[in-house]
Formats: sequence, structure tokens, C-alpha cells
Amino acid sequence: MTFEPRIVGFLCNWCSYAGADLAGVSRISYPTNIRIIRLMCSGRVEPVIVLETLAQGADGVLVMGCHIGDCHYISGNLYAERKINVLKKLLARTSLEVGRLRLEWVSASEGGRFAELVKDFVEQIKALGPSPLAGDKPDKNILAGVLAAKAAAEDFRLRLLVGREKTMIDDGNVYGEKVSEEELDKILNEVIDTEFVRNRIYLLVKEKPLSVKELSERLDLDSKTVLRHVVVMRRRGLITVDRVEGTSPLYTALEVGR
Amino acid sequence: MESMEEETPRIGVFVCHCGINIGGVVNVPEVVEYAKKLPCVVYAEENLYTCSSEGISKIKEGIAKYNLNRVIVASCTPRTHEPLFRGACEEAGVNKYLFEMANIRDQCSWAHMHEPEGATEKAKDLVRMAVAKSRLLKPLEEPEIDVTPSALVIGGGISGMTAALCLSNQGFKVHIVEKEPELGGMLGHLYKLYPTMQDASESLNHVVNSVKSNKSIEVLTSTVVKQVKGFIGNFEVTVQKANDETANFEAGTIIVATGAPIFEPVGMYGYGEYDNVITQLRLEQLLKDGQLKKPESVVMIQCVGAREKEGRTYCSRICCMTAIKNALLIKDLHPDTDVYILFRELQTYGKHYEEHYRTAQDKGVKFVKYLQEKSPRVVSGKNGELTVNVYHALLNEELKIGSDLVVLSTPLIQHEDARELSQILKVPLGPDGFFFEVHVKLRPIDFATDGIYVCGTAHSPKDTPESVSQAFGVASRAAIPMALKRLRTEAITAVVHENLCSGCGTCVKLCPYGAIEKDEKGVARVTEVVCKGCGVCAATCPERAIEMRHFTSEQVMAQALAALGRTSA
Repeated sequence: MTFEPRIVGFLCNWCSYAGADLAGVSRISYPTNIRIIRLMCSGRVEPVIVLETLAQGADGVLVMGCHIGDCHYISGNLYAERKINVLKKLLARTSLEVGRLRLEWVSASEGGRFAELVKDFVEQIKALGPSPLAGDKPDKNILAGVLAAKAAAEDFRLRLLVGREKTMIDDGNVYGEKVSEEELDKILNEVIDTEFVRNRIYLLVKEKPLSVKELSERLDLDSKTVLRHVVVMRRRGLITVDRVEGTSPLYTALEVGR
Repeated sequence: MESMEEETPRIGVFVCHCGINIGGVVNVPEVVEYAKKLPCVVYAEENLYTCSSEGISKIKEGIAKYNLNRVIVASCTPRTHEPLFRGACEEAGVNKYLFEMANIRDQCSWAHMHEPEGATEKAKDLVRMAVAKSRLLKPLEEPEIDVTPSALVIGGGISGMTAALCLSNQGFKVHIVEKEPELGGMLGHLYKLYPTMQDASESLNHVVNSVKSNKSIEVLTSTVVKQVKGFIGNFEVTVQKANDETANFEAGTIIVATGAPIFEPVGMYGYGEYDNVITQLRLEQLLKDGQLKKPESVVMIQCVGAREKEGRTYCSRICCMTAIKNALLIKDLHPDTDVYILFRELQTYGKHYEEHYRTAQDKGVKFVKYLQEKSPRVVSGKNGELTVNVYHALLNEELKIGSDLVVLSTPLIQHEDARELSQILKVPLGPDGFFFEVHVKLRPIDFATDGIYVCGTAHSPKDTPESVSQAFGVASRAAIPMALKRLRTEAITAVVHENLCSGCGTCVKLCPYGAIEKDEKGVARVTEVVCKGCGVCAATCPERAIEMRHFTSEQVMAQALAALGRTSA
């Protein structure tokens, strides 16, 4: 049987959803693979929902909004762009292909463009093959990565940074110092790295108590880095020592404090 | 309403054939049978046209007969037909926000005409997704607000006064707040208006007198707006007079007509250094007061501080015609005076403007094109006589023009205190500093914030007829809510879960409508009548403490899971 991808689309009401309607009104055909969820604005696209959709086995997620400058809500698509940027960075740290997520701008008059983009995205996903998370037996390792990414996307620290990105560039920080895109990108990468690893650690030790050495093997990270994260996570009350085996403490996740 | 939330969902699904538009591709009976098996669906049927009066009756009958408390129509797009079906639900006693649509025509049968099987499967999925959302829908109410039939006009120039008169003629009360001691604005400083060459004072005095004698217009001069609270229909305005006395009043709508001063080109072309280098505005005053001594040679330089590569990149729109007009006025007074206009590009775009330009050419005004990268230079001789050196692109040589009066055409710019006003009103300024409309083409005089409008040169450089047109425009825009007296606002708004909010203020900054502020407890609070329901705050909130009504995370997630054939956790 040929692989028919399951694609979930998150479309804004005013431009891209109207563009999708226009494709139909103009009888422009495109593959049947996409299932569209209508939102009022692409800015409503919640990173956690996108990651959960992928974790649940969607072969692809296509987010569409108004072209820059055309947002019905002035700047919603700019926020969508920043969120998708962060989502791609998070996905890049998992073993799930970043290409399973795509953001495009479609206006209400671009029925043809909508159909072309769907066709193109279906091809892109077909080239990637079925999601390793689809079906009854998802790849456990990849799933663990995506769930860690999702946990990071739920986390206050990363969300605060993403929420403030645009303000920091436009208006500056509390001292009125403007932050450049490059500086911000650097900070963002650091925070994402940290949050992703910590959430992986958390989810791993939640399953069963592990030592730093075991964690470093599982995560393919040097034990020094893992230890650094473990220290911070202990201090924040995220994990604690379960027991000591030989000379190695085994860590376990705490429910409280998150 | 509360009791309704507790009710178990009883969903009715109405699948439309749309003649052959859907039924010719999608196997509608199969979709109906499929829908019947979905959770919480207690009834499903097919209609030839669900939107026909018969179809609408079927929905109402279904609601009554099967005690439905949720309705789904699987047909066309909600963008066109949702209001109709919502109306049917409302008439049958089901809150209209408990209605959901599955778009199986525009986004299914029409797009997949040659794949009936795939289209039928997709239609089933779309119905399943609609059911998943429907189960979680909550009834919503649209808040109703009263509108105070009174407008605040900020700025008493020609734009503000025109708007005020127009509104008072429609029976509304108007407050004009003008920071200067007199009404009139920029027009009060001008001499003649192009292209008719009538006295500016002639047009202005008529308007000023009409405003002053109008009993429903209250004029507050030497007064500034200090604070504005509230929202459309219910603005609470605080103003401050020159003697620091404050006053409060209510306004239903607000018009920004603060005008624009000209750019003072200090340090450019000897301005501020040589007395006989002046601006067009100064020339206008000299002409008006009859104080212009006969010059032998006048050189006007266009685009001084305008259309720059960075900073003031915009065209000030009025300068070409102003220079031509003032050149003609000099020529009329002193026909043998040489008048040069050094321009980069000449734009005489308006009604009867090109004719004015031709008259100036006929009367001997000399037009010389200069290049931005080789701008003219004003140099002073031993006895204070000025020479303007300009590279003539067509002759490929530098001209040296002796001149005893150099006139600089400088752009209109935003007032220095505009930023403060923009913060008071929570409306934006554009990159050029002028007040920024919500949509340049379709809503050119509205702000994103309901009930606040902009006209005249506060919005961008423009001349009198353009300012007056916009003033009529804003008066008509502002009259709409005031004539309606009551407004229904958006039901799909954001709501903050106070117990989850950490008071970080991220949402306050990113809301494009200023609908969120921190309350006395330090947690975010949404002013529902200001919220437009985009949901950016909900998707961004670091604590995930904001929920978007009708598009809740739970509802959206349920749709996504249904799309994948999984059930929500």
C-alpha cells in the first residue's frame, strides 16, 4: 500500500483558511491528505499543541497565516513566525525530522498558492516517509525526544523568552537596551539546549532512577554536562537522589516543584 | 448558562448535499451513517440544501425533537454560512456558540472532485473533528455596551474642526481639545492655498466661526489630553489646562487630528547661519504680512530633509505645490525677479495641480533637477551674498546661481509630544513617526483600537482638501457606534485563570489592542470589550494561564487528535 501521509493544518480564519476555500471555489485540486483546523489567527498556534500533534503520530503539520503585514490582528503572524522558529529549533534536537513542520503565508486570494503548497508539503512528507511516531508502536527513543521538546515548550523559562522576543527587539529590555536578532538567537539557542536536555533528564529519571553515567550514555552527552544539569535540577527541586548504588547516586523525578 | 455547561452533549449532525456540489462527489449517506456512531451524536440526517428554509426548519425540528444541545452542519465554509446556522440554533434555543461546522464542500468535494473515495474519507474525518470540538464547546454571551453620544476631537486645526462640525450636525456633542491658545492649526499660518490662490484665512475663519458659535461643540484651548481610560463608547478623558487645572468628561469616540509642524532644517544649506536662508513657512508669513522685500533672485530647494535614504524617507507631498505656489506669488509681485526651483522629482499629482505647474513655467519660474547624491550647496561671499551651486544633470555642469533669498522646502513631521499621546491612547506610531492606521488600504483612518480614528496631517503629510476629506471620513466612522447607541462586542475573547497567572506581564505587552492590563492584585486582566479574540496571548502565556474562548487548547487539541484518528486523553 502506498504511504498516504496524515497532515494536520492549522490555518488562520482571515487569510489562509479563506485561501483554502478559494482553492475549492476555483475547483483547484490538491491531495486529500490535509485535515484543516481553523483558528482565528496563526498567532494562536500553541507550540505545545503542535508538538503533541507530532507526538501523536501526525506525519506533518502545516501552519498557515496571513502574509507579513496583512495580519487581521496586526502582528499575530509575527508571533507565529517566532513560535515556529522555536519549534524547529526544538525539533532539531530530537530525532524527528524538522521537515515535518512547515509555516507558510497564504492570502485570501491565493487559492492556487494554497493548493500548490499542500501538494508540495505532501511530496515533502512522502519523501520523509511515515512518522516514526505514527501507528501503535511509536519509536520510543524518538518519542522521548519529542516529549522532552514538548515539556520544554510548556516550560515557563522558554515561553517567557519567546513571548518577550519581539518586545526585546522592538523596544529593548528593561534598561531600554535593544537586543539584536543575532544576540537573541544566541540566547534562544542556549536556553533551548538547556531546557531540552533538562526535560530529557527529567523524563528519563521519571521512568526509573538513573545515575549520571547512565544518563550521559542515554543522552549521548559528556557526564560533566549532565552533572551540571543534575545539580541545577536538584537545587530547583525537580529531581532528587533515590538511592546510592556503589558510589553513584541514582536520581529520580519529583512531582512537585514543576 | 451554568446549567447548560453541566449538560451532557447531545449533538445533531446535518450533512448537506448542496445539490450535487457535495453529494456528487462525497457519499453523503455514508457520512451520515458514520456520524451517527460518533460519541455524543444522538441524531444525524442528510439535507439537499441545509441552508434552504426547509433545511433550517429541519435543524430547528431536530433540536426540539431530539433535545439537541449542540448542532453541527457539514456543508460549506463557516466564513459564509456560520451566521445563518447560528441564527437557526439561537431561534431554537441553543446558544449560537454551541454550533460547529465541517467544511466538506469548499475544502473537500470541490477540491477533490476526481477522488470520491478520498473525499468521502476526508469528509468523515472533518465531521469527526467537528464532533470532537463540539463536545467541548461552551455557550458564550456577547457583551453589550452603551455608547456615550459624544466625541473627543484632539486638535483644533482644519481637520479637527471639520470633523467636529460634521459630528455636531449629526446631533452629537463634541469636545475639541487644542493645545495652542487659538483654533486654526497650520492653516492659520498660511497665506494662499493652491491651486485656487484663495486666502487661507478666508476658508479658515468661516470654519472657526462656525465652531465657536456651535452650542454642541465645546472648545478647550491651551489644553492637552492627560489621560484616557476605558474603551469604545465609554472613554473617560482627563484634560489639563495651561494653569494645570484638570477637567474630566466622557466620550464615546476619539478623533486624533493633531496636525503636523514642519521640519526646521538647522545646519542644512546655511539655515540658522544666514538670515536669508529661510523655510517655505517663513516665506509664507513674509508674504502674508507684506514684508517681503523685493528679491533679485530666489532659489528654492526641494526635499530638504525629506525622501532621505534613512530617517525621514517619506515624501512630504505638499512641498512641490507649495514651492510652485510661492514662486508664482513672488512672480506676481515682482515679475522680473528670477525664481529657481531646484528639485529631485516634481510631483504635481492633484486636481488642477499640473495646470498650476504649467502656469509657473509660462511665467518664467526656472526648474532645475538636482541629484540626491550631488545636492546643491549654499555658499556665502565676502559681502554676505549667497551663491547656490548645483550640478545640472542634463547639462552635466555645475551652475552657480547668485541669490539673495534661499527658500528651503522642508517636510511635515510629527509633533514631539505625539509619542506621549500615542501612549495615552494606546495607538501606534509608524516608522515615520506619524499615527499609524490599522490597514493602509481598507481601513485608512481607523486605529486597531475600536472607537479611535485619525485624520489630517497627524496621519501623514497632506494638503487641505485631503485633510478635509479625511475629516469627513472620521466623522462618519465615529458616528456609526454613536448612532447605534448600543454595541455588541466579541464573545470570542481571552480569559485569564487568575490562580495560574504569575503577573509576568508578557501578555500585556504583546496584545495589539491593549486589552490586557495588570489589576490591583498584580495578575493579568482582559478587558473583554477591547479583546478581538486573536489568541496570541493564550498561545504565548508563559504560565499557560490564558484560555481563548471557543478556541481553547483543549478544543484545538481534541480536533487535532480526531484528525489523527486518536481520541483525546
